[in-house]
Amino acid sequence: MKTSLFATALVVAGFALPAFAQQQITVVNFGGANANAQKKAYYEPFEQTGVKVVPVEYNGEQAKIKAMVETKKVTWDVVEVESPDVARGCDEGLFEKLDYSKIGSKADFIPAAVTECGIGVFVWSTVMAYDGDKLKTAPTTWADFWDVKKFPGKRAMRKGARYNVEFALMADGVKPADVYKVLSTKEGTERAFKKLTELKPNIQWWEAGAQPPQFLVAGDVVMSTAYNGRIDAANREGKHLKITWTGGIYDLDYWVIPKGTPNKDAAVKFIAFASQPETQAEYAKNIAYGPTNNKALAKLDAKVLAGLPTSPANSKDALQFNIKFWADQGEELEKRFASWAAQ
Amino acid sequence: MNTAAIAAPGIANARALQRSLAQAERRRKLRGISLTLPLLVFLLLTFLTPIAVLLKRAIENPEVATALPRTVAALQAWDRRDVPPDGAFAALAADLGALPDRADAGNLARRLNSEVSGARSLVMNAYKALPLEGAGSAADVKARLLDADPRWNEPKFWQAIAKNGARWTPDYLLASVDLRRDAAGNVERMAADQRAFGRILVRTFGISAAVTLWCLLLGYPLAYWLSTLSARRANVLMILVLVPFWTSILVRVAAWIVLLQSAGLVNRSLMGLGLIEQPLALLFNRTGVIVAMVHILLPFMILPLYSVMKSVPPTYLRAAVSLGSSPLAAFFRVYVPQTYPGIGAGALLVFILSIGYYVTPALLGGPDDQMLSYYVAQYANVTVNWGMACALGAVLLAATLVLYAVYRRIVRAELSLG
Repeated sequence: MKTSLFATALVVAGFALPAFAQQQITVVNFGGANANAQKKAYYEPFEQTGVKVVPVEYNGEQAKIKAMVETKKVTWDVVEVESPDVARGCDEGLFEKLDYSKIGSKADFIPAAVTECGIGVFVWSTVMAYDGDKLKTAPTTWADFWDVKKFPGKRAMRKGARYNVEFALMADGVKPADVYKVLSTKEGTERAFKKLTELKPNIQWWEAGAQPPQFLVAGDVVMSTAYNGRIDAANREGKHLKITWTGGIYDLDYWVIPKGTPNKDAAVKFIAFASQPETQAEYAKNIAYGPTNNKALAKLDAKVLAGLPTSPANSKDALQFNIKFWADQGEELEKRFASWAAQ
Repeated sequence: MNTAAIAAPGIANARALQRSLAQAERRRKLRGISLTLPLLVFLLLTFLTPIAVLLKRAIENPEVATALPRTVAALQAWDRRDVPPDGAFAALAADLGALPDRADAGNLARRLNSEVSGARSLVMNAYKALPLEGAGSAADVKARLLDADPRWNEPKFWQAIAKNGARWTPDYLLASVDLRRDAAGNVERMAADQRAFGRILVRTFGISAAVTLWCLLLGYPLAYWLSTLSARRANVLMILVLVPFWTSILVRVAAWIVLLQSAGLVNRSLMGLGLIEQPLALLFNRTGVIVAMVHILLPFMILPLYSVMKSVPPTYLRAAVSLGSSPLAAFFRVYVPQTYPGIGAGALLVFILSIGYYVTPALLGGPDDQMLSYYVAQYANVTVNWGMACALGAVLLAATLVLYAVYRRIVRAELSLG
């Protein structure tokens, strides 16, 4: 009896295992509300095609991908990465090159979404946010964010130089279009840090994207820089947080395939699936991040569109994150930020 | 003659005995070693090798030497001041053209960019402009490279290449103590706006010292009280000490956020009691970091203290008092000195654990509360500059070893937990 059971188990395992191994991919995301929206729009529908999706959360650590690729033990098949990491990882040979003939027509996507190793997942924005219940007059510019007389109280900003130096320059009167030009000069960086020093005593710093809505709801801060999707997610839970889109910095996240994954074909299929207008529209309905496939916009109603960073009204006075600038200057600026913070 | 005849077998016997004894001894030793062998191998693989690799990475500098051998040779005669000779441009184009894979160019670009900002795009632009068809002479190559990116006319990029021609570099270690080498290779201080790690190191030690002190102040009376209780009651209370010890650090950090935020329990009660008007800033600053770290590390102080205190006979204290000492003097002059090993072990444990702290300051502190390991993580994960991450790790390791040596000097004993 025991033997026959064991034998049966063996036979079953023998049939099931190879099938199981072929039809499973690991998709790595940034967790939170974004992961839930991806699950609904991408993972669950994709599993209908017979490939199981194992979601894994990470915090953008490129070191993990580098270690996997260097030791040739790649267990991640599709990874969502931030924009500076796409070009860098591509240059350093961490990612597979994408075959667009298997994914879709390049012309369907917004230009920034199409790169050699990564394709845009969505457009998101770092914006100014505040609690509509607590703040009656709306702050409209970064100068307002810096104005502690008009809006007394603490402000929350992301711990680090990225985005903050841009915001500081805009608060100092630099037009969004000129921000990176000014920032490229020595005087420009000087100016940005000087402006940050002005606000320093009033800043409460955040580390994780989930913190700004918490700070705002708890009343710890009157305004915060925040990822627009996190604000949207809080509002879906009944909060009344508001966004000022002027001077927001929009950017893309990308799908990449770590070099040497054994499941490359399934990974490409997944990326193609998640780049369709239908799935992207479904994603945008679940979280206020803009689709990268232009055809998805037609499938969204006006209410959803109004909350996306890509809608004309919201992107009118926004700034596109400059990947090249940060790839070149990021390390030095972050070090300078650490030095500045210690003073 | 007769005696010799009798003695000879005796000596032979003694030798044989000696031999077999030695053999047995060797066997015993071998068995002992073979029993500890798995542990030794385990330690070697999981502890010593990674540390060796880390130290190696902190001084390793293969990128430029491997990717640009001709350029480095061509730059040897250069005075490192003005734009290098045309030959260097030709050598650079030849080197970049000979790279087997784009990843090699990417690694070179990353390495040079951490030396001079902007080198990343400069190198990649040149790499993508290759091959330079029809460029015959060195002057042609120079013109074409300058077409691709005029920044090749700036000596600072060439200086970075010339400086990093060797396979080993002290640069990462120098940078982790705010020093750098100038173009000519002389060590100098970093530019003021790039100086950070010296202060961060001081801050790391400052926070750790504060945490250790608070742990000692809070832990000592508690451990003393526990050691005077009956075994049963002491066990029950010990569980209370240990329960937080077994709870995830993240959970405890989150709990402190709930307690300490401006509308949190602590601020509300203080305001309700009329002690303060405005909520105190207890979070996202040094206070929050120290409060949470003391809470997390307190058991590491209490446990060694308790085990040492348990072994101190209460009769000594009674004897001192019966001989006329005041109770307070007896406590400080008779009891406390006997607990020095516990204080030493507890303080050392807490201090060494503190200097490696990462997640608590990251979540509860501002940017000027971050400790060295935060920057190790940043270099490892965000900027992917592993040389720098390893150098900072090496500094932490060195600091820990120095501390342990100082501890041994002071206490004149091995670390013991009682």
